[in-house]
Amino acid sequence: MKYKIFAGILLCEILLLTTLAVSAAISSTKRAPALEANQQLVENLMLTDLSLWTETSYSRHPSQADFFAPFQDAPGAIERFPAGSLTAPAALYNISQRAASRPNSPGRIAETDSDNEQAARK
Amino acid sequence: MKIEKHIRILEFALSSLFRQKLKNIIIILAYTLNVFIFSSAIFFSESLKNEAVTLLEYSPELIVQRMRGGRHELVPLQYAEKIKEIRGVTAVTPRYWGYHYDPPVNNNYTFLGADQLPPEVLEMVEGSFYEQEGNDLCVIGQGVADARFVDTEDIIPVLGADGDLHALRVAGIFTAKSNILTNDLVILKTADLKKIFLIPDDMATDLVVKVRNVNEVSTIARKIQEMMPDSRPIEKSQIIKTYEAIFSWRGGLMVAIFFGSITAFSILAWDKATGLSGQERKDIGILKAIGWDTSDIIELKFWEGFIISSMAFFPGIIFAQAHIYLLDGLIFSPLMKGWSSIFPQINLAPQIEIYHLIVIIFLTIIPYITATLIPSWKAAITDPDMIMKG
Repeated sequence: MKYKIFAGILLCEILLLTTLAVSAAISSTKRAPALEANQQLVENLMLTDLSLWTETSYSRHPSQADFFAPFQDAPGAIERFPAGSLTAPAALYNISQRAASRPNSPGRIAETDSDNEQAARK
Repeated sequence: MKIEKHIRILEFALSSLFRQKLKNIIIILAYTLNVFIFSSAIFFSESLKNEAVTLLEYSPELIVQRMRGGRHELVPLQYAEKIKEIRGVTAVTPRYWGYHYDPPVNNNYTFLGADQLPPEVLEMVEGSFYEQEGNDLCVIGQGVADARFVDTEDIIPVLGADGDLHALRVAGIFTAKSNILTNDLVILKTADLKKIFLIPDDMATDLVVKVRNVNEVSTIARKIQEMMPDSRPIEKSQIIKTYEAIFSWRGGLMVAIFFGSITAFSILAWDKATGLSGQERKDIGILKAIGWDTSDIIELKFWEGFIISSMAFFPGIIFAQAHIYLLDGLIFSPLMKGWSSIFPQINLAPQIEIYHLIVIIFLTIIPYITATLIPSWKAAITDPDMIMKG
């Protein structure tokens, strides 16, 4: 008999989760016009970043900032916690891509071994 | 007959769990909390990542900044002429923008120069902008309006780089739907922005390059850098990768912050994995003595693990969905906000993806069931007499 109660509870849970999944899909369809309007906004105003962390330039526009930007705001400027510290270190995501696309990028420290070798040759 | 046997083992498993009600309720609660934390972090970071990627897919293909001494500097408009000569470039548009610190409310705003706002953008603005004549008009984000307690036709005083006070008249306010993009934005006409920031006429903040063939963006970026070594091209793919990395990193950090509870649950699972209690051993011994096979005992323990896991997994996922999409990530949002004085109200798009559910199952259910099966199997293959003697 207990197994019937267990099966009933399990079924209810699965049904609830399915309802959530269906309502998520419906909600995505409803949000489509607003999303499209925001995409137009990005395109027309040529925006590059989300307006999330406004406390510093590098957290407001992470895609436009330098890797050393936390120390660029002012001499002795403290790193903004938690927004700044929660941004992934450059080494984890895009140093290799950036180094590959812009090997002679000014204002950057040598990012790969090949960069160091090139610099030594020069 | 076979199904009946499995049902009876399931019934037995339920009865044995009921015998230790309190202990099992505590395990289910701890387990639910872990599933809730894992899934909340996954749903939150994935939703934000999706939102960012979907929106920034429309950001400029290529932006060219100028660097001097390692710092971002104004770019001469002559650079635009040189870039236009590169084959494959269809247009180069200067962008004018900058930051303004507002001392009374300790906020940073992003000022953006735009001489024309297309009808699609104006639909997202309450009030009017271009219908009005005159200078020093601006369209502001909801966050700026809330911080300064201003409405349309009100004045925002801004201290310019020349030391003069500029009174910006609010001609429109962006609707809440665009908060994630416009919350701290102040859009004003380019001439006004240049006047406030003292930007010379032959300079811009950076340049947006339109490219005919998107496959050539990297090549054009390389050419720009070769032509102007002090330039820094930023491709759209890099912008998107940056946001993907940020939200993946944040998701991981959210889990790390709740590492204590995850560790506590792991210790509990480890305790179960390393050995059975005297009573559990005795039970297995008795079952073996009365004729249960090793496979029956393993099935019994599997059902016990499955019952506890399913009673924790589904509520954990459902609570996480409610937490992220109904309560707007109440627990995680302070971590997200940082020191921002103005943070947008983000209504994330609810989503449940099979891939995420599988990840959560592999991180929670599989380790737990494995932890309960291994010691039971060890005990089940031992002689019943030996087990009961301890």
